[in-house]
Amino acid sequence: MARNFSIQRQTGFTTIAVICFVALYAPIVILVVYAFNSGSSIANWEGFSLRWFAQAWNNNQVIEASWRSLRIASAAAVLATIAATMAALATTRTAPYRGLTFKYAFINQPLMVPEIVTAVALLIFFSRIKVATGYSGLGYLILAHTAFCIPFAYLPIRARLEGMDLTLERAAADLYATPWQTFRRITLPLLWPGILAGLMLAFVISLDDVVITNFVKSGGQDTLPTYMLGQLRRAITPEMNAISTVFLLLSVGIVTLFFFISRKQD
Amino acid sequence: MPDLPDKNAIEVHGVRKVFGTGETQVAALDTVSVSIRENEFFTLLGPSGCGKTTLLRLIAGFDFPTEGEILLYGDDIAPLPPFKRPVNTVFQSYALFPHMTVAQNIGFGLEMLGKPKAEIDARVTAMLKLVKMEQLARRRTSQISGGQQQRVALARALAPQPKVLLLDEPLSALDYKLRKEMQIELKRLQHETGITFIFVTHDQEEALAMSDRIAVMSTGKILQVGSPWDIYDRPAERFVADFIGETNFMDAEVISVAGDRATVKLLSGTDISATFPAGTTPDGKVTIVVRPEHARVVAASTKSALSGVIENIVYLGTDTHFHVKLADGSPFIVRQQNSRSGPCGFDKGESVGVDIASDVAQILKD
Repeated sequence: MARNFSIQRQTGFTTIAVICFVALYAPIVILVVYAFNSGSSIANWEGFSLRWFAQAWNNNQVIEASWRSLRIASAAAVLATIAATMAALATTRTAPYRGLTFKYAFINQPLMVPEIVTAVALLIFFSRIKVATGYSGLGYLILAHTAFCIPFAYLPIRARLEGMDLTLERAAADLYATPWQTFRRITLPLLWPGILAGLMLAFVISLDDVVITNFVKSGGQDTLPTYMLGQLRRAITPEMNAISTVFLLLSVGIVTLFFFISRKQD
Repeated sequence: MPDLPDKNAIEVHGVRKVFGTGETQVAALDTVSVSIRENEFFTLLGPSGCGKTTLLRLIAGFDFPTEGEILLYGDDIAPLPPFKRPVNTVFQSYALFPHMTVAQNIGFGLEMLGKPKAEIDARVTAMLKLVKMEQLARRRTSQISGGQQQRVALARALAPQPKVLLLDEPLSALDYKLRKEMQIELKRLQHETGITFIFVTHDQEEALAMSDRIAVMSTGKILQVGSPWDIYDRPAERFVADFIGETNFMDAEVISVAGDRATVKLLSGTDISATFPAGTTPDGKVTIVVRPEHARVVAASTKSALSGVIENIVYLGTDTHFHVKLADGSPFIVRQQNSRSGPCGFDKGESVGVDIASDVAQILKD
C-alpha cells in the first residue's frame, strides 16, 4: 500500500504545487501573450498583432545586440568547454589525492562567489588592462563569460567521465595506442555527449548574463539582455515582450536539445 | 604433458610491488620469481588478494614493479608503457569499445601498429573465423551476448599476434555451461595460435583443466609451480593442498627415508609410505595429506590403516562422501565413486575401517 504514503496524498500538496506552478509560469505566459498585443501597452489587451515582432526585427540596435550576444556566447561556450574538458580529465583521471576536493571547489568557484563580486573585480581588473593595452574589444566580455561558464560545462563532462569505464583506455593502451591516440579514438568519442551537453549549457548561461556583462562591457557593447534592461528604464512597450519571447524559444530549444543528448547516453 | 621447448617467454626476477606509503604500505607482490616457457598455457592461481592480478598487470604494463625485472625473451620490459609491449590482454570485463563494431574492435590493435588496411582486413577476417564470429562482424559490441563478447575480446587481443597473451579471469562472468565450453575453446585457440598464454584465475578446477603449468599464489608469494598433477597430487605446502580440492591432513612421524620415499607412522600406529617435496629431507613430526578419493571405507573387521566412526554420509550422484571421525578424534573424509549396485552398505554411526591406497600420501613442508 505504498500509495498511502505517497507525498501526493499529503494535505495541501496539490495547493502548494498549484501555487508554485502559477508563480513560476503565469508571468511568463502573460509576457508571451502581450508580445502579440496590437496596442502599445503591456497591460491592456487591444487585439492580436505581430507588429512588435516586426518592430524588433527592424530595430538595428536589437539585431546588433543579438548578434553580439550570439558571438560572445559562442566564443565563450567553446573556450569554456575546452577548459572544462581539460579540467574534468585532470580531476577524474588521477587517483584521489589530498586537495582534490579543494580543486573541485576551485573549478566551481563561479557558482559560489556572488556574481556581483566577480563583476566588480573584473571591472577593476579589466580597466587596468584597457589602460595599459588600449584594447577595448569584445575580448573582455568573452573572457569574463568563459570564466563563469566553466563550471556549467565542467559538471556534465565530469559526470560523463566518471561513468566511463577506465579499462577501455587501458585496453586501448594495451593494443598499442599512444596516450594521444587513446584520447582521440576512445576517450573523446565516448565523452562527446558530455562535451556537447556542457557546450550547450555554457552557451545558454552566457546568453542571458546581465550582471557581469553590465559591469565589464565598454560603450556600444550591449548584449541583448543589457540592451533590454536599458530599454526598460525608459518606455516599456510590447517590443520587449516580443524579444523576450524569441529569446525564451531559443533557450527552451537548446535546453530541450541538451535533454535529448544527455538521454541518449544511456 | 606436451613436449615444451625450454625457451622462456617471460622471466620474472625478484619482483616486488608495494602499494601505498609509510604505515599503510602493502606488499602486493613479495619478491616473486618465475619463468614461463614459450608456448605454454601458464596459470596464476590463488584467492583474491594473493597478487596474481598484480603480477599480470606488471607484465601488461598497467603498473610498474617497485623492484625487480620482467624479461620478455630476454629484454627487460618492466619500464615500458603498455603500448610498447608486444603483449595483449583479455580483460575480465572484456573492455570492448562500445562505439565500434566487432570488426573495428578486432582491427584496433593492428590499426594502431600502422598496418596497411588490406592486411588489417585479412587478419580481422581470419580472427573472426578463428573465434567463429563471422556473421557478427558489423554488429555493435552492445548488441551481442556475453559469450560472444568474450570471443571478440579474445580475437581482439590475438589479432596483433602478441608474444604473450594475458587473460585476467576472462571466464568469471560466464555461466557454468558457457564457461566449460570456453575452457575447451581457449585450449584450442592456444594450440592453434601457438601463443604463450598467462591465465589468471581463482577457480582451481579451471586451472587444473586448462593449464600446462600452474603457479599457486598466496599473500604476494608464489608457493608452488608445477603441472596440474604436481599441484594436486604432490602439494608442497598446506595452503596449496588446502586451496586445491578437498584434502585430509594428518599428523605423522618420519621413521625412515629411502630415495624419494619416506616411511611415516600414523597416530593409529600404522606405517605408510609417503612422498615428499623435492629438495627437502623430512624428519621428526610432519603433516601428511591424503586426498579423499585415495582412501576407502571398509568393514571394521578388515585390516586397515585407520579406524573410526561414520559421522555423516553425503550422496552426490557421481560419488559419496563419508565423514569419518577417526579413533584419535580428528575428522577424515573419504570419497568413493558410486556404481549402480545400490546404497553403499554403511550406515551413519557405524564403526568402520579406513584403508589408504598405497603410495598416495604426501609429506608437506614445515
